[in-house]
Amino acid sequence: MNTEQTETLINDSFKKISDESVIEIKNLKKSFGSQEVLKNVNLKLFNGENLVVLGKSGTGKSVLIKCIVRLLNADGGTINVFEKNVTTLNRKELSELRLKIGFLFQSGALYDSMTVKQNLEFPLRRIKKNLSEKEINEKVNEVLENVGLADALNKMPSQLSGGMRKRISLARTIVVDPMIMLYDEPTTGLDPVTSDEISSLINDVQKKYKTSSIIITHDIECARTNANRVIMLQNGEVYQEGRLKEFEDSNDPLIKSFFK
Amino acid sequence: MKKINSVNKVKEFATEQSMRLGEQTIVKTEEAKGFLADVADFFLFMKRIIKETFSRDFEFKEFFHQCFKIGYKSLPLISITGLIMGLVLTIQTRPVLVKFGAVTMLPGMIVISLLREMGPVITALICAGKIGSGMGAELGSMKVTEQIEAMEVSSTNPMRFLVVTRVLAATLMIPLLILYADALGIFGSWAGINIKGDVPFVLFFSHAFSHVEFIDFLPAFIKSFFFGAVIGIVGCYKGYNAGRGTESVGLAANSAVVLASLLVIIVDMIAVQITDMMIL
Repeated sequence: MNTEQTETLINDSFKKISDESVIEIKNLKKSFGSQEVLKNVNLKLFNGENLVVLGKSGTGKSVLIKCIVRLLNADGGTINVFEKNVTTLNRKELSELRLKIGFLFQSGALYDSMTVKQNLEFPLRRIKKNLSEKEINEKVNEVLENVGLADALNKMPSQLSGGMRKRISLARTIVVDPMIMLYDEPTTGLDPVTSDEISSLINDVQKKYKTSSIIITHDIECARTNANRVIMLQNGEVYQEGRLKEFEDSNDPLIKSFFK
Repeated sequence: MKKINSVNKVKEFATEQSMRLGEQTIVKTEEAKGFLADVADFFLFMKRIIKETFSRDFEFKEFFHQCFKIGYKSLPLISITGLIMGLVLTIQTRPVLVKFGAVTMLPGMIVISLLREMGPVITALICAGKIGSGMGAELGSMKVTEQIEAMEVSSTNPMRFLVVTRVLAATLMIPLLILYADALGIFGSWAGINIKGDVPFVLFFSHAFSHVEFIDFLPAFIKSFFFGAVIGIVGCYKGYNAGRGTESVGLAANSAVVLASLLVIIVDMIAVQITDMMIL
């Protein structure tokens, strides 16, 4: 993808962003034993926005999005998703809120013992219980076509390459029509060509399903393709926030080290 | 001067020793705290299993799938073990009974020992190895590859889907496997007797069961449900709480076998004591 196309994509995305925040995090704190990973994180994700979170390994990027879906419990602060404080929800309320959030894991996290079709049907049958068998099949085929892997229906995850696993994992996440997408290093461990394909796919998903996304990455190309706004985490706090262009033009040594 | 020196040395020695003792006390206290925390965690895990078992939306399909995996897929191993258990027990016992001129007691004795103790315990230990390690490794690798977390964020309760189904399937299937092993053990015993004799199966069967009472069978059958539950709970607990990294998968499988086997023996000891008290 050339620079002109990337700019067009970014500009297209900007038009959709509203002032309405779907996620609002205030003073988020999270420690593991004596290690303070998140000290005081404040951020907002606006409706229709792609927010890229940059940062070195171990700065708590993955911890941040795991706190949003409460896979990890925050030690302090508030996380409001659609104006509901995630930290205080009971199990049932949390389960209902999670239906609106899609989470793409770094490893893909496909269920090894199930075929691709069963992997896609798994959340669909549990979340959209009123769908008929025909509707389920149609939905599965639709998302597989959207990620370009319509012929992988009956394959096992072990038969898929790294890039294919990521695509199927993305398909499994979007099959239930989430309103927010959280991507945990979607291009890590992939070759540059496949990384570009996944980055473009994330952009396509955002356009087609009108999602708001937080993308955790240290892949600058992925950030260039998708970012409406960028946040950099350092030492458990938001170090810098702004548009990608501002980051690229920054003279800060830490930021410059990412854009070499 | 010499006296002062020796006094100082004694003081230093005493200080060093008391410091070492203090350090060791701290280490042992931490170990004890860790052990107690693990025990508490295990009981909390059991409490969650019980709570989720009686909640709505039971995963019947996954439960039957696990019953098939635990029960049907274990049949070849249990068949061989059960048959050999009866055969070897008979061959080993026969010379002793011959010495006492009580060889006619052999069928009854073998069947009682199979039904009461050998069948349930040996089959449970085999199941702890096969089923317990399988659960530990499977759930452990699911934990390491974030599959359990993926299930949780897609609003599926992994405790209900993965753990409750496996524990209930083990609790139900292992007693059935034990009954099957007992039956094959009896057949193996008949085969063992016929190595050095010619006893028709009907005669062997009627002779053996003339010594067996219902009380020989019932406590052993009841305790086999506890064996099944212990194997299921330990296997799932170790897998579900596996750490990060591939090493922890092996560790989870290994510790599941060790702990499940140990608990099977302990449960057996308690069951035997209770049975003994009730019969007396």
